[in-house]
Amino acid sequence: MKIILKNTHLLHPEQKVDRDKIDILLIDGVISKIDNLKKDDFKDAQEFDLRGKYIAPGFFDMHVHLREPGREDKETIISGCNSAANGGFTGIACMPNTEPAIDSAEVVTFIKRKAASHLVNVHPVAAATVGRKGEVISPMAELYENGAVGFSDDGVAIKTSAILRRALEYSKMFGTPVIEHCEDETLAGGSMNEGLNSTTLGLPPIPSVAEDIIVSRDILMAEYTGGIIHIAHISTKKSVEMVREAKKKGTKVTAEVTPHHFTLTDDAVKTYDTNTKMNPPLRTREDVNEIIKGLKDGTIDAIASDHAPHSIEEKETEFDYALNGIIGLETEVGLTLTELYHNKILSLNQIIEKLAINPRKILNIPVPKFDVGEQANFTIFDPDEVWTVDISKFKSKSVNSPFDKRLLTGKAVGVINNNMMFYNGEMVRI
Amino acid sequence: MPLSSRHLLGLQGVPKEDINLILDTAKTFREVLERPIKRVPTLQGKTVINLFYESSTRTRISFELAEKRLSADAVNFSVSTSSVSKGETLKDTIRNIEAMKVDMVVVRHPAAGTPLFLTKVCDSNIINAGDGAHEHPTQALLDMYSIKEKLGKLEGVKVCMVGDIAHSRVALSNIFGLKAVGAEVSVCGPSTMIPKNIEELGVKVIYDIDEAIRENDVLNVLRIQLERKAREYFPSIREYAAFFGITEERLEKVGKEDILILHPGPINRGVELSSGVADGLKQIILTQVTNGVAVRMAVLYLLGTMN
Ligand SMILES: [Zn+2]
Repeated sequence: MKIILKNTHLLHPEQKVDRDKIDILLIDGVISKIDNLKKDDFKDAQEFDLRGKYIAPGFFDMHVHLREPGREDKETIISGCNSAANGGFTGIACMPNTEPAIDSAEVVTFIKRKAASHLVNVHPVAAATVGRKGEVISPMAELYENGAVGFSDDGVAIKTSAILRRALEYSKMFGTPVIEHCEDETLAGGSMNEGLNSTTLGLPPIPSVAEDIIVSRDILMAEYTGGIIHIAHISTKKSVEMVREAKKKGTKVTAEVTPHHFTLTDDAVKTYDTNTKMNPPLRTREDVNEIIKGLKDGTIDAIASDHAPHSIEEKETEFDYALNGIIGLETEVGLTLTELYHNKILSLNQIIEKLAINPRKILNIPVPKFDVGEQANFTIFDPDEVWTVDISKFKSKSVNSPFDKRLLTGKAVGVINNNMMFYNGEMVRI
Repeated sequence: MPLSSRHLLGLQGVPKEDINLILDTAKTFREVLERPIKRVPTLQGKTVINLFYESSTRTRISFELAEKRLSADAVNFSVSTSSVSKGETLKDTIRNIEAMKVDMVVVRHPAAGTPLFLTKVCDSNIINAGDGAHEHPTQALLDMYSIKEKLGKLEGVKVCMVGDIAHSRVALSNIFGLKAVGAEVSVCGPSTMIPKNIEELGVKVIYDIDEAIRENDVLNVLRIQLERKAREYFPSIREYAAFFGITEERLEKVGKEDILILHPGPINRGVELSSGVADGLKQIILTQVTNGVAVRMAVLYLLGTMN
């Protein structure tokens, strides 16, 4: 099938492409011509006018919780992929805290097989230890061979320094990162960030130092072992500062941040809305400011949603009893453009680096290229479209988001990948 | 003038006028309680449910008595007799209760924020009878009532909350309420039990109990939770008693034998208060119980006659 994307603005920071008013011809999902299209090319082609819209290499979310296997009532592999496509992503990495955990080749294969025919590419992050119990490292070589792109006990940090050491040493052989949820379990267990708000709300606090201690431990261990560490959902000022210093020294450390951690502070918890309960918790203005600084200076490499679907019953309850986490795939691009682009913190090129290029580099996944003969893997976005979040229209099976009814500027309007196009809410084979 | 809110979820942000209105109203009910017939028909035909997810006989009886003195129909619903054990969610429970045409809900719950949650899922007036480590507004109001009764005023009075401030809803409600009416508030206890940012509430932190006694007009002594996880916050009960317990010797040493001491009860004798000090409080504690009923009558009356 022939498709022509007309009048678009091509942006690919890695390939140094920045060209406006371009027409692209795709034949059967492959880039066949960029610019200078002839009359003949238009014959029998379906045309899409993308005036005012940009095409970037397909966005990639490196921290998504699909609930399959185990809790298909919250999200399945397919509903999660639909949610990703609707949010503007052509690839995701899914975290291993499923039931059973992704700690065997069977589960990795199961996920890959389920997602195989979808527009969205799914790359499993496998457990770093068997059953995420922190006792023995998982069969990493086998997991890697079957398609795991990283190792993590996400939900918790790797329990002991000794096991972390082995995980870093072992995964180093494949060049894959250990992805850490940084939280000292002996300091954990609260419902929100420790501070004035936790005191006046009477909610059990989680101190920021619980994150900092593990970030510090992990950086030291990465330095000692030469292993590769990736800090998931960084949320504190001190952690950002430590990652910055470690990068200067050449430590193999990278970091991601979620949109909610650069958009909201713990003031949002004052409503006791359980959709403001997540782990790591929402922090203070000071932390958010340092995160913004870290995004700007490159300390923070990637933006990832930590998409965490939960059922209504698990969220519509007393704050202390509610589960942690929110869905994020379908608000991520909008929040990023609203908060970071329109507030002049990052350029569109920098945003594409954090949403498309760096996450793939961290996980050793090839970055899609804008070259003739390449498979088209695009995200089409409009940085200026003003829209109101309506969770009921989202593709995720869950609705736990604090951003419902929020006005955003900037939206992913479509994605193309694997010979499929998702545009105007419709999935079509191309 | 009515109250500015149709619920009493806490004292944070409650205007001074509301607090004074409640305390003044309580005073008139206090007089009712001295009469031979202690009942007024004010809330006749209204149904109040006491929804207790935590056992607290004192608070529940105080509310129940207040409701009955106002001629309301009082219904008790406590966790042991309910369907909570069957896994019914709080939202379902409250919807079921509301279907029974309830006008007001008095709620005690171990999770902070639950009273606010209830305002979103039902239409009744909600009164917080203690939610986690958040607030316990009627306890603080009765403490304030007792201080005013004894000292004649609240403005400028120096009050120190003593004990486990970090886990105390009574402390937090007292801080908000007392600050609103212009009292000076300090807290005293082991540093592990003082929340990190408490000074930002305009509260002075004191670690030396003698200094706390010396500098204040009132000590509001909290009950130390012996049974709870409290044990990780101080080395031993003996050490707590030795360094933070209020004894006759200390009061004498500082020369403040006449300082007003409040305690929400029940007292751990020999821990936060020595037996001698506790004995000296008998009268004020009994008065506080009556004041508690009067204050709760005031709150129920003011909220129940609003709409
Ligand atoms: Zn995590």
